Amino acid sequence: MTGAAIAPAGPDHRAAFRAATFGDVLRSEWTKLRSVRSAFWALTVTVVLGVGLGAVISAAAAHGYAKSSVSGKLSWDPTGVSLAGVAIAQLAIAVLGVLAISSEYSSGMIRTSLTAVPKRGRVLAAKSLVFAAVTFVVGEVTSFAAFFVGQALIAGHAPHAALGDPGVARAVAGAGLYLTALVVLSVAAGTLLRHPAAAIACMIAVLFVLPAIAQALPDSWRNPVTEFWPTQAGSQLTSVHPAAHTLQPWPGFGVMCLFVAIVYTIAWTLLDRRDA
Amino acid sequence: MIEAHGLVKRYGSAMAVNDLSFSVRPGMVTGFLGPNGAGKTTTMRMILGLDAPTQGSVTVGGRSYRDLPAPMREVGALLDARALHGGRRAFDHLLCLAHSNGIPRSRVDEVLRIVGLEGVARRRVKGLSLGMGQRLGIASALLGDPAVLIFDEPVNGLDPDGICWVRTLLRALAAEGRTVLVSSHLMSEMALTADHLLVIGKGRLIADTSVEEFVRSSSRQSVHVRSPRAADLAARCREAGATVRAGSTSRAAAAPVADPDAGTGPDVIEITGMDSAEVGWLAAAHGIVLSELIPVRGSLEEAFMELTRDSVEYQAAGATR
Repeated sequence: MTGAAIAPAGPDHRAAFRAATFGDVLRSEWTKLRSVRSAFWALTVTVVLGVGLGAVISAAAAHGYAKSSVSGKLSWDPTGVSLAGVAIAQLAIAVLGVLAISSEYSSGMIRTSLTAVPKRGRVLAAKSLVFAAVTFVVGEVTSFAAFFVGQALIAGHAPHAALGDPGVARAVAGAGLYLTALVVLSVAAGTLLRHPAAAIACMIAVLFVLPAIAQALPDSWRNPVTEFWPTQAGSQLTSVHPAAHTLQPWPGFGVMCLFVAIVYTIAWTLLDRRDA
Repeated sequence: MIEAHGLVKRYGSAMAVNDLSFSVRPGMVTGFLGPNGAGKTTTMRMILGLDAPTQGSVTVGGRSYRDLPAPMREVGALLDARALHGGRRAFDHLLCLAHSNGIPRSRVDEVLRIVGLEGVARRRVKGLSLGMGQRLGIASALLGDPAVLIFDEPVNGLDPDGICWVRTLLRALAAEGRTVLVSSHLMSEMALTADHLLVIGKGRLIADTSVEEFVRSSSRQSVHVRSPRAADLAARCREAGATVRAGSTSRAAAAPVADPDAGTGPDVIEITGMDSAEVGWLAAAHGIVLSELIPVRGSLEEAFMELTRDSVEYQAAGATR
């Protein structure tokens, strides 16, 4: 069973191999992603929450519209209502990104991965690229589906939005972009913290807990936090009508991307320096 | 060819590897031997670029591991067979690794056949037995058909059949001219598998020698004797300058050489410092009848323990100071 069978092409063929490329690593990471079930489930949950929950919220809000106050009617934002599910589904994307690399640490697979590809930056770059691409596609599909389903349910009960309305197309497409930036941030957080539970807790704190705490602060503190907190700033890209004390859509998203870049650089550096 | 120059790895104040220099040559199996905690795995992790040495350097084929253009084509490694994602199918696990180094898909089927796992290729790896997991790890090391192979305790947890298989495989790989470095804490296993030995203890190199040389130089010879006049013979031997112990207590340890019938009792003595012929002549000269006269070579395990006694990291409470 052993013997000559180990190297069927004879001993000389070893000279023929080529250097591994970044493309090879990309392909490897793509195979990793599609060969485990956790990624599939995280993406399924994203779609179900984004579209399903969005539909429920849209239907409920539309039915309540007639009975709502004048100020409620004035601030009526049909695009925002239909994307409410996506704002919750972002948690599934954060988990997806965190697990991308921290699950390799918890299973020990990371040692196998970094032995196969000792240029560690390549592993991180390929992983981020694959997860960003998948999240972008799923995120855009989810937000457009949520928008159309939501508007169909709102129509007839309350004013609804169309893609051609000012800022609407940008907000809907922006939801997919926001999720893409979020998944890259989560991959970086997973790389930094290495423990899945710690990294997920950290992402929940960034996304939900700290912004909620900020609400309890006095105005002079709260306003800059609301304005510049990276994920809050980034989510401005998904809103049609910017609220008070928020950045404009693209500058807001820029703040988030800058934050992602900083965290990512730290993660990259530590991955390269630390013992695996 | 693996070459280490003055390797040092320090974790805080603990010295895991202390000034280790060695070279591992192609065409033979080199056993990397040491008690638990001696620094074997740490050294292997440094060879593979997983841990950075505090000082010193190690190269594979003249290059640092991180600089290899296609690492799996040059070095195959199995450090921990459980270091994989349990939810992935065996075939997919190998395919991920193959892709990362531009190794064709057909090679995945090939290595699965070599290690005899074709039948479970579609199973998720967490469902594999310990032995199958070990074979999968070996398959991943063979993927790139590398000239250098590094295995950390490859027979741990394997049944006798599996151990024999690994042994044959390692010998076959070396016979093909590859460099094979395999760690173990079992001297007896290495005696059967390795040609050359690197023995380390507490992170330091204790011996860098061929297996034959190691066995010859470090085994303690003694003579097992059964005689109705054992006490008399013991006195004569002592007079002749030998050391005599009453009925051996470690017969089992010497089992490979000793007669299975050799027992213990008041009529059994163990003589060191004389060979069996000398004991025989001495007995004849004094008219002492011998019913057993057996040359005993201390087992390799004993020799190894002797050599590393001072460098064992964790000893049972009774044995410490």
